Amino acid sequence: MTAPLHEPAAEAAPGAAEEAAVAAADAKAVQGRSLGRIAWERLKRDKLALTGGVVVLLLIVIALLAPVITSLLGQDPDVYHESLIDPLFSTPKGSLGGISGDHLLGVEPVNGRDIFARILYGARISLLVGFLSAVVAVVIGTVLGILAGFFGGWVDSLISRVMDGLLAFPQLLFIIALVSVMPNEMLGLSGTGVRIFVMILVIGFFGWPYIGRVVRGQTLSLREREYVEAARSLGAGRIYILFKELLPNLVAPIIVYTTMMIPTNILTEAALSFLGVGVKPPTSSWGQMLSSAIDYYDSDPMYMVIPGVAIFITVLAFNLFGDGVRDALDPKGSR
Amino acid sequence: MLAYLIRRLFAAAVMLVVIVLVVFSIFFLVPKWAGVDIATSFVGKQADPHAVEAVREKLGLSDPIYAQVWHFFKGIFVGRTYAAGGDVTHCAAPCFGYSFRSEQAVWPVLTDRFPVTLGLALGAAVLWLVFGVAAGVLSALKRGSLWDRGAMVVALSGVSLPIYFTGLLASSIFVFGLHWMDGKYVSISDSFTGWLGGMILPWVTLAFLYAAMYARITRATMMEVLGEDYIRTARAKGLAEQVVIGKHAMRSTMTPILTMLGMDLGALIGGAILTETTFSIPGLGQAVLTAIKNQDLPIILGVTLITSLAVLVANLVVDILYAVIDPRVRLS
Repeated sequence: MTAPLHEPAAEAAPGAAEEAAVAAADAKAVQGRSLGRIAWERLKRDKLALTGGVVVLLLIVIALLAPVITSLLGQDPDVYHESLIDPLFSTPKGSLGGISGDHLLGVEPVNGRDIFARILYGARISLLVGFLSAVVAVVIGTVLGILAGFFGGWVDSLISRVMDGLLAFPQLLFIIALVSVMPNEMLGLSGTGVRIFVMILVIGFFGWPYIGRVVRGQTLSLREREYVEAARSLGAGRIYILFKELLPNLVAPIIVYTTMMIPTNILTEAALSFLGVGVKPPTSSWGQMLSSAIDYYDSDPMYMVIPGVAIFITVLAFNLFGDGVRDALDPKGSR
Repeated sequence: MLAYLIRRLFAAAVMLVVIVLVVFSIFFLVPKWAGVDIATSFVGKQADPHAVEAVREKLGLSDPIYAQVWHFFKGIFVGRTYAAGGDVTHCAAPCFGYSFRSEQAVWPVLTDRFPVTLGLALGAAVLWLVFGVAAGVLSALKRGSLWDRGAMVVALSGVSLPIYFTGLLASSIFVFGLHWMDGKYVSISDSFTGWLGGMILPWVTLAFLYAAMYARITRATMMEVLGEDYIRTARAKGLAEQVVIGKHAMRSTMTPILTMLGMDLGALIGGAILTETTFSIPGLGQAVLTAIKNQDLPIILGVTLITSLAVLVANLVVDILYAVIDPRVRLS
């Protein structure tokens, strides 16, 4: 998950955020503390945010190592254990949804698949869709936001109208509609691959206006600053000003909005799978587990609680970390 | 003010047309690109080609897309007639067409389900507005206190919990554990008290999620506003603290809250898809979800149009309220 770190979106990791912001401030400048350094020092003091960050890192590691961990425990997310199911009620034998030394979080009703293994594999889908859709949103939002803010005129009007329109759309409805009309095979992918790809694109597409607005607003105010005027008077071209003068100063808000967007996207992915238009079975995802748990919420409540808590912990960790990053990068913050 | 209103109304109308065009494209162009034929999927895979041809002609599916869009709009305002050979069906205005699956007219489906969703959204909105804003203001005034920390922990947990989880959890505790209620939706026309009883759980769960968001935003906005110079001035001239907070600070705090309320309420009235699915409430959201799974275009178009209309109307009302609260808006 940490491999494609070229995009600004992936810089949610604390180390990367610091580096990017350090690079953003002029490295050869005076001896003073750079924005990145100040932000990192603030973040280090924020215990809640650090806890969130550590949990996020742990989740990424768990998702990456899901096959290794499950095989070490001798489990497989797709193997049925019908012997562990009470044939009368089709719920797991034993207390708490069949939790045992072999099945750390119990087994599913009816077919007895190992819930722990399915939760680990579900983490891969959640994080993959959460991160990559944020990348899509950040790339589109940053490019269009900068263009709108920098060029103004009809370019700005056009992009701004599109952003307003997208924000006024009934989004969940359109996301569900788009995901469900997409074909089952495209671009050499099939089945689950297509679903994941489509979800990333669609969630990202509906997310870009949030970042686009912020970037446009920042660009509008930055392009009138003296240092941009100075660069221009020294003969700097538009491209140079865009990439060397404006973009580095936009890194902080982009990082903040990205970290805030990932948990929202994870929730959207879970919602889509819950509604039955996300990842298709037998691939496991948290939303899908919750939706099949509806039928057992009186007889096997643990089956519902486990994926729900998994979503909760993940989203909460990202939110805590995101809040911390925002406070740390906020120049007005006095802490 | 009037010019402002007209401008907003015009923009809203344009937006509606754009939304219909987009929905049409999603459901006609994407399947075509994917090689799926709507008439075939309507009749069923094993149908004979003549039946498919008849459906295609009757529903006007072979017309160019602009003609189909035009017929759709015309149907809403003056009604339309479907004809294929001797088979003629007239659909009076407001005609949203017939469901591809149940062959029921779409308009009665919309009018049946709209009040259900409206009741859900409005009830929850009252709860979350009262509790969310109150909690946020108290937190901002007692920054760093035990109350503030507690409220913000609850709020952060609230925004991190998906409604389909809290809803299931609440049902399993209150319906199956404590037997406080039976967890069934009762139509308001059958029994008012039954309806109230059935809606309490959905209202509270839905309101909890939004109250959490509103408390966070209110707290942040309030703290920013309290740092403004005019608050210091108000205090310096000796105004009572209740007046400073209640009149001066609240006015600025409410503007972003109102904007959010407009968007959230609009989106919810158009179908609280997740809440309705979790609690089996027969509202617009449930109708559209079923329709999407069945590729039932007329229902999807109808609900989308109602949803978009709700979002636009809610935003319009908010814009007008905004102009009342903050006169600067009218001038820009």
